[in-house]
Order: sequence, then structure tokens, then C-alpha cells
Amino acid sequence: MKYLCLIYGNESEMDVRREGENRVMMEEYFGFTTDIKRSGKYVAGEALQPTATATTVRVRSGKLVTTDGPFAETKEQLGGFYMIDATDLNEAIQIAGRIPGAKTGSVEVRPIVVFANAPA
Amino acid sequence: MRQLIEETYRRESRRILATLVRLLGDWDLAEEALQDAFAEALAHWPAQGLPENPRAWLVSAGRFRAIDKLRRRARQAPLPEGYEDLLRAPEEASARAEELPDDRLRMIFTCCHPALSQEARLALTLREVCGLPTEAIAAAFLCPAATVAQRIVRAKAKIRDAKIPFAVPEGPELAMRMETVLHVVYLVFNEGYHGSDGSDLLRTDLTGEAIRLGEILLELAPDAEVKGLLALMLFQDSRRASRLSPEGELVLLEEQDRGLWDREGIARGQALLDQAFAEGRIGPYCLQAAIASLHAAAKTAAETDWPQIAGLYQVLRRCAPSPVVDLNAAVADGMAFGPEAGIRRIDALLEKGELAGFALAHSARAAFLERCGRPDEARVAYAKALQHVPADGPQRRFLSRKLDSLQA
Repeated sequence: MKYLCLIYGNESEMDVRREGENRVMMEEYFGFTTDIKRSGKYVAGEALQPTATATTVRVRSGKLVTTDGPFAETKEQLGGFYMIDATDLNEAIQIAGRIPGAKTGSVEVRPIVVFANAPA
Repeated sequence: MRQLIEETYRRESRRILATLVRLLGDWDLAEEALQDAFAEALAHWPAQGLPENPRAWLVSAGRFRAIDKLRRRARQAPLPEGYEDLLRAPEEASARAEELPDDRLRMIFTCCHPALSQEARLALTLREVCGLPTEAIAAAFLCPAATVAQRIVRAKAKIRDAKIPFAVPEGPELAMRMETVLHVVYLVFNEGYHGSDGSDLLRTDLTGEAIRLGEILLELAPDAEVKGLLALMLFQDSRRASRLSPEGELVLLEEQDRGLWDREGIARGQALLDQAFAEGRIGPYCLQAAIASLHAAAKTAAETDWPQIAGLYQVLRRCAPSPVVDLNAAVADGMAFGPEAGIRRIDALLEKGELAGFALAHSARAAFLERCGRPDEARVAYAKALQHVPADGPQRRFLSRKLDSLQA
């Protein structure tokens, strides 16, 4: 079953972190991605550019409204994601726990909706 | 025969439900199957007599009825993914059914899964593992029945939608998950032990349910901490007859009539504790049980081995630190090494700020101040304690009496 792992972290903490620490984290991510791909459980995954580059789009009363920034101000911001294919929630949790961002931030694990009769 | 069937339901229904959930992979389907199975028993056993293996008979009957139901549903609309396999699976030979495993452990671990909220874990465990009706759970936790029902519905939905497996964890995960289970069991026990003031007889006996859960765990997963928790609950429960005066007032441990303590429960607790310590991998529950056993072993309050208790609390502080444990350790120090030591330790804790709103911290301090012959300060401390107890009840009455006795 597919799960989306949403990686949240405090962006300002990341800025303050020294370059050396960020490099270590990049290497850890590279290692994790390699492992998960090898295991056959990787479906997709990307890092996102910081929330300063975000634009939020809403359509209200037929009008397209855009705002600068993420949909809401939060303590931790969405920084990336992995979509994985796991046997059950236990396995998904184990995998999410190995995502490097889980050590300093939070990873939200959400099952993907399976539509019984999806359009062809 | 009808009585026999009712007895069978009381004794076996939880275990049969657990197996049906495993076989059918669907809680609602399994609950319906359970009811159908017993309906079949009521219809056939009076004529056919009690089957050789009633549990296996009921599981089979439930399973067949469930598969029948699915077949009928499949004719009207395609079944969701996963159910097709059920229909295609070969029928379980009745001979194999005799070796039915005990699936209650899977049930307990699933109900206590960390992905569920704490309240959901409590409600689900009491409903599915203990078989308590929703109204009883609601009454026990002083919560509307609709809220409890909603929690259970949402929890089952999450189990289904997020695919929480119906399984006992293995390897390194087992220890961590067992901790979650034991925590739920102890919460149930505490709700019964501290929540009840003895006057409300309509509140379900949660301490009994918790001990029953402990017994199931002991049977199916007898590790040291399980023994420790069961021992702890047995020791605490052994005091139930002496905790309240006939008028319903709180009686402190040191003033309880030890003749009323349940010696059989204490003996059983002691035996479990000895086994647990012999096994070696002890943890917080074993330590708490050891402390409780020292109280249970003292023939009078004055003979309590406080120095050993104080020592055990120091170990407990290292392996399961918490403000409450710190407070208990401070009280033990006061009892072992003199009230001035107790006062100093409690003062240090209050300074850290975590216990300021905790009535027990102030009342313990007050008791030590009394012992030192400092009644004015004791009065202030009891007054502070009163600020943090419910407006009504045995705790308030107890503290008020203490305060009054010092005015004299």
C-alpha cells in the first residue's frame, strides 16, 4: 500500500546550521534514497525549495486569488516528501523513521486513497 | 443448554472475535460473524449437544456465515480489494481448527498501537479485548457514551484505512510496543484505583479489568515487566478494603488496617516479582512493584523498610524519571532519613517548578513540617494543597480535617 511521507522541518534552524552539518544531512539523504530505491519500496521523492518560493492558490467565487508564501504560517515547514510502497503502517513507520529529517523535524505518514473504480 | 452457551460467550467470545478478525481481516465483519456464530449455536446445540471443541465450532460457523455474506454482496457490486482472496481461500479443515492459536495478543497489540490516540487505545482495548459495553466504558471515564462510540469508530477506521496490521510485533519493536501496551493497562488500573471514591458503585470495576488484562498478557507474553506490572497491580489492589473508612474517607497507607489487606493477592504478587527479578530484564514496573512489596511485607507502618524503598526510588529515578517519581523519592528520603531531609528535597523540587500545581507535593511537605514541630508552616502548606484538589470529595475533606486539626 502506498504512503506519502511529508517531511517537515524548521527552515530558520536549517539556515542557522553550519555548512558542515548540512552537508552531512545531504549525504544521509543520499544514502537513504539509495537504500529505499534498492529495496523496491521507493515510488517517488523530491526536496522542495524553501517556503519563500511558495505561492498559494485559491479560487473563491470564481476568482483566482494568489498569496505569497505557504498556505499557513507553521512552526515547521514542508521541505520534501517520499512516496513509498509498504506492506502496512508498521513498515511505513519504520521507513519514515529512517528519513534523516525525522531526527530534527517531523515526518507525517499518510496512506494514499485507493479508489475502487478509478476512471481508466 | 442456554446457560452453557451464555457461559461460553462470557468465557470465549473475546478470543473467538480475535481469531475472526485475523481470518476475515475486517473488524465489523468479524463482530457480525461472532454474533451469527452464537446465533447458530443457540439454534443447533440444544439438539446436537455441546460440540467437542466449542471454540473451533464457533470460529468455523462465524467464518462460513461471513463468507456467505461476502458472496451475496459480491453479486450486487464488486468487493473492495482484498476480499476476493477471502472467497478464494480454501476452507479450513475442522481438524486443523483444533490448533487455533490465541489471537488475543494480536488484538491487544493492535488496540494499543501507538498510531492511535491514547484515548482511542483505552476505549478500543476495553471494548474489544475486555468486552465492556460502550456505556460501561463511558461511565468509567465520566465521558458521554456517544464520545466513546465515536472514538472507537474512528480508531477502527484508522486501523483499516492506514492499514495497521493485526499482528504481534517482532524483534526490537516488541519491547517498545509492549511498553505501550503495559502503559494502557496501567492507565486502566489507575482510573479504577484513583478515579473511584468508593461511593459510585455504578462505575465499572476497572481495576478488575486491568488485572484481567495483565493475566492475559502473563499467559501469552510472560516477560519480566509484564510480571512486574501484574505484581504492582495485585499489591495495590490488595489494599482496597482498607483504603477508605466506613464513612468513605481517605485512609493514609500508614494508618490502614493491614489486617484487611488481601494476603493471597500479596503472596501472588510476591511470587511474580521473585520470578521477574530472577529473569533479569527488569524495568520501571518491576521497580515500582518491588517498592509496593516492601510496603506489603511490613507488618506495621513503623516496620516499613524505608531505606530500601528510598534506594529503589533512586534507581527508578534513573530509569523512568518523572516529577511524580521525584516527589515519591523525596518522600521516601524523608521517611528514611528524617523529615528535615524530606522538606529540603521537596523544596528543591518545588523550586524547579514542575510540581507547583500538585496537591500531593504540598501535603507531603506539610506532613513533614508537622513531624518537625513546625505547625504554622504546616498549616500554610496544607492550605496550598487545598488549592489544587477538586472542590468536592475525599481529598478535600482529608486536607480540610488536617488543616482544622492544626488550628487547635
